[in-house]
Amino acid sequence: MTSIQKPPVRHPSLQVNALGLTRRDYEGAMSTLCAGCGHDSVTAAIVQAFYELDVPPHRAAKMSGIGCSSKTTAYFMRQSHGFNSVHGRMPSVASGANAANRDLVYIGISGDGDSLSIGLGQLCHAIRRNVDMLYVLENNGVYGLTKGQFSASADVGSKSKRGEANVQRPIDPVLLALSLGATFVARGFSGDKTRLVPMLKAGLRHKGFALIDVISPCVSFNDHEGSTKSYRFTRENYHDVAPVDFVPLQREITAETEAGASVSVTMHDGSIVRFREVPSDYDPTDRDAAYAHVRARQERGEIVTGLLYIDEQSADMHETANTVARPLVDLPYESLCPGRAALDELMDEYR
Amino acid sequence: MPTDVSNPQYYHKVVDCQWACPAHTNVPEYIRLIAQGRYTESYLLNRQSNVFPGILGRTCDRPCEPACRRGRVDGKPVAICRLKRVAADLRDDDIHEYLPPVPAQKNGKRVALVGAGPAALTVANDLMPLGYEVVIYEKNQRAGGLMRVNIPSFRLPAEVLDEETQIILDMGVDIRYGTPVTSMRSLLGEGYDAIFVGSGAPKGKELELPGRRETDQIFIGIEWLASVHFGHIEKIGERVLIIGVGNTAMDCCRTSRRLGGTDIKVIARRSRPYFKASPWELEDAEEEGVQIVENHSPKRFIVEQGKLVGMELDRLRWFEQNGKQKSQVIDSVVIPCDSVILAIGQDNAFPWLERDLGIDFDENGMPVVDKQTFASTKPGVFFGGDAAWGPENIIWAVEHGHQAAISIHNHCMGIPLTERPAYGMNLVSSKVGMHAWSYSNDYSPAPRSKMTHEELTKRFSKLSVEVELGFTPEQTVAEVERCLNCDIETHFTSNLCIECDACVDVCPVSCLTITQDGAEPELRTRLMAPALNLTQPLYVSEALPQTKRVMVKDEDVCLHCGLCAERCPTAAWDMREFDLLVPYAGRAVQMVTLARAEARRPVAAT
Repeated sequence: MTSIQKPPVRHPSLQVNALGLTRRDYEGAMSTLCAGCGHDSVTAAIVQAFYELDVPPHRAAKMSGIGCSSKTTAYFMRQSHGFNSVHGRMPSVASGANAANRDLVYIGISGDGDSLSIGLGQLCHAIRRNVDMLYVLENNGVYGLTKGQFSASADVGSKSKRGEANVQRPIDPVLLALSLGATFVARGFSGDKTRLVPMLKAGLRHKGFALIDVISPCVSFNDHEGSTKSYRFTRENYHDVAPVDFVPLQREITAETEAGASVSVTMHDGSIVRFREVPSDYDPTDRDAAYAHVRARQERGEIVTGLLYIDEQSADMHETANTVARPLVDLPYESLCPGRAALDELMDEYR
Repeated sequence: MPTDVSNPQYYHKVVDCQWACPAHTNVPEYIRLIAQGRYTESYLLNRQSNVFPGILGRTCDRPCEPACRRGRVDGKPVAICRLKRVAADLRDDDIHEYLPPVPAQKNGKRVALVGAGPAALTVANDLMPLGYEVVIYEKNQRAGGLMRVNIPSFRLPAEVLDEETQIILDMGVDIRYGTPVTSMRSLLGEGYDAIFVGSGAPKGKELELPGRRETDQIFIGIEWLASVHFGHIEKIGERVLIIGVGNTAMDCCRTSRRLGGTDIKVIARRSRPYFKASPWELEDAEEEGVQIVENHSPKRFIVEQGKLVGMELDRLRWFEQNGKQKSQVIDSVVIPCDSVILAIGQDNAFPWLERDLGIDFDENGMPVVDKQTFASTKPGVFFGGDAAWGPENIIWAVEHGHQAAISIHNHCMGIPLTERPAYGMNLVSSKVGMHAWSYSNDYSPAPRSKMTHEELTKRFSKLSVEVELGFTPEQTVAEVERCLNCDIETHFTSNLCIECDACVDVCPVSCLTITQDGAEPELRTRLMAPALNLTQPLYVSEALPQTKRVMVKDEDVCLHCGLCAERCPTAAWDMREFDLLVPYAGRAVQMVTLARAEARRPVAAT
């Protein structure tokens, strides 16, 4: 909590985007999370990503469940649509919303509790369906809202604030998503926005389900000595696969971004994700190699970050289900609700 | 390079108003005291540095206001000057018991002051509590100097002037009215330990054009204002031309309006952006129906049968040539008039000061005065106020007085003049609880309060009707909240930082950036918002513990809202009240070390 609202004044040299909006126009309500919470940094990175992508705030939908992380949808883009669902049920609500209106930009914000415990099944099925959305999992290894019990992502040996070590194996959302066939899998760190922002932009532009697991330290219950999800531990142990640049379609590709780019992936809308300095033994378009790389590094106690796997060829939920191309809200009433005769005809097909 | 905030001047510069004020008045603190209804304390805090809060609250040239950060935030600075008047208007009537005591036992040193203007009165104010015997020689019958005879009473009521000059005289100053110094030689012969010349710049500039000597209706601005003050002049012609567009011209045109002038024109050689008068004085004059005529240059006075009937003026066109402004005459026009007042500047004049006394003068007839010590070339003789380097304004004269008093004290005590007492500071956390501060940290979007003026018919009825009515209580409340409390400094302790970005993310004006260190010009370009205002400093921290990057703060538009400190989990950011300790004569400041209130991060119990 802060004692005051954020003053409505901005720096005179703050830049505007193609819509004439500043970064501040993408902000939301004042955060009520603990001071220093990693989630607030993720929020700021999301604000930056939407601002840089020139997304009109009223064309985005923010989806969330329950938990500290799920509160954060209130803290960005106050003019966007939003749905704060039951604990762990955000993926289903997001799937439904996306089914009805495929033209909005969907961003789901969840945490390790909401996604890997109560909502694990929901997450898995959203990945299977390849719902076109960005799913940000703010991962801090504890249940912060209930005062710091280990969550399902806590590493073996990581110590609680009271000094007890965790003994259960963690669920790694990145490995989970890779094994379930996710088409965009990444891991970021709230303390490194220079890497997180391009990752978020690419995730928002990805056609299909994009999962970004963001290590987002809990400053109140999991930022001490012995924790494997503290600011210090993460900074000392994270290894980025390759820095990425997100190059939107409109922008001229300069020699500078060209140089050193070893792998580039063209996205559905024509924009490009460039991986700079990708190690020779790594291929972000090879699912099995990505899985093996993350596993091997994990065994060495390292945290692999970066855009780990990307597949721009897969069909998303709408393509698979062969749905109508327009959002339901834009369909004329007669087509949306064709009347008794049409219903009877449909029913006859099933007889 | 990390910024050295242990030098008081770094945080001082952040307090734009205090930095811009020649006397370094602690503006934010006095505004807070007004906000708390502690008017007398606010007045005394003002008085400590600027000595004449009631006078300056009406007449100050306000260098603080163009500097005010609020002006860079929403276009209009805090009405600092008018708030000063609020404190002066509402303070306790008797403040004698709060002033420094004057010892009955004198220190045996005698000091003579020439003139009882703001500079000399400040010298007396600073030296009396130290036990000096101070004698002031004043040619008029009242103290105040040009503040009394040249500032019209509708801007500065006599009672205010009387009260604030009397406070100083009541310290036991031996003031000799009606006693102009006619010979420096004989004054030196009286055996004073030091002499301070604060006799102002009392000579108005002449304009020798054809016709100048053929009529008695051409006046010199400051002399005319003095004659009006003494009651020697009570009327002026209906059509008046004022030549010049400085603040004296504004006083002349508005005084003319009250002495029978109905058609008053102020003639300016140049266009409005180049006018010397303060914008608010121009505004006040125009409100009273005065017309400003731009780009006209006087050519001759037209006198017919001994009577002034008009002036011929050249109409000018200005253009730039080789980087210099040049003028070209378009044609000439005649503007009919009954009186002309010349207000084109002032000169110093020392007819009473013999040139063979060891007091050197330069080729322009100005005394040679040391910029730091205010000493002339003769030991023990000092100059200050307009007498030193020509016309400035009251607040500068006050600061000259403070500095000259230090020099006089050094001189009398046998300390080298260049040994100036150092500035110090106090820096104390303003945290008084969880997200609670000892100041009002919320941002008020209120627009600048507009001073209410007396209605025109009333103000023209009598010369002494004060035009500005002062702020209402509602206006005062709104205006004090506009102050951004720039003296509540954002103080950073780099070894506590965990680089969580919370402060960077929450800052409403994007002042903060955590980034790689670099040379300042380059660093300025890669901040959250480019720091394009080069007059405002960057704060650069020491290397941060985890990544060795640095915390950079662009001071330019920081609102001092304290959100960085409220969002900081380790209290690396703290809001600390900065109090600049300004040294005065015989009162060296006690350098207080930085208050250490670093909170420790909670550590795991084992």
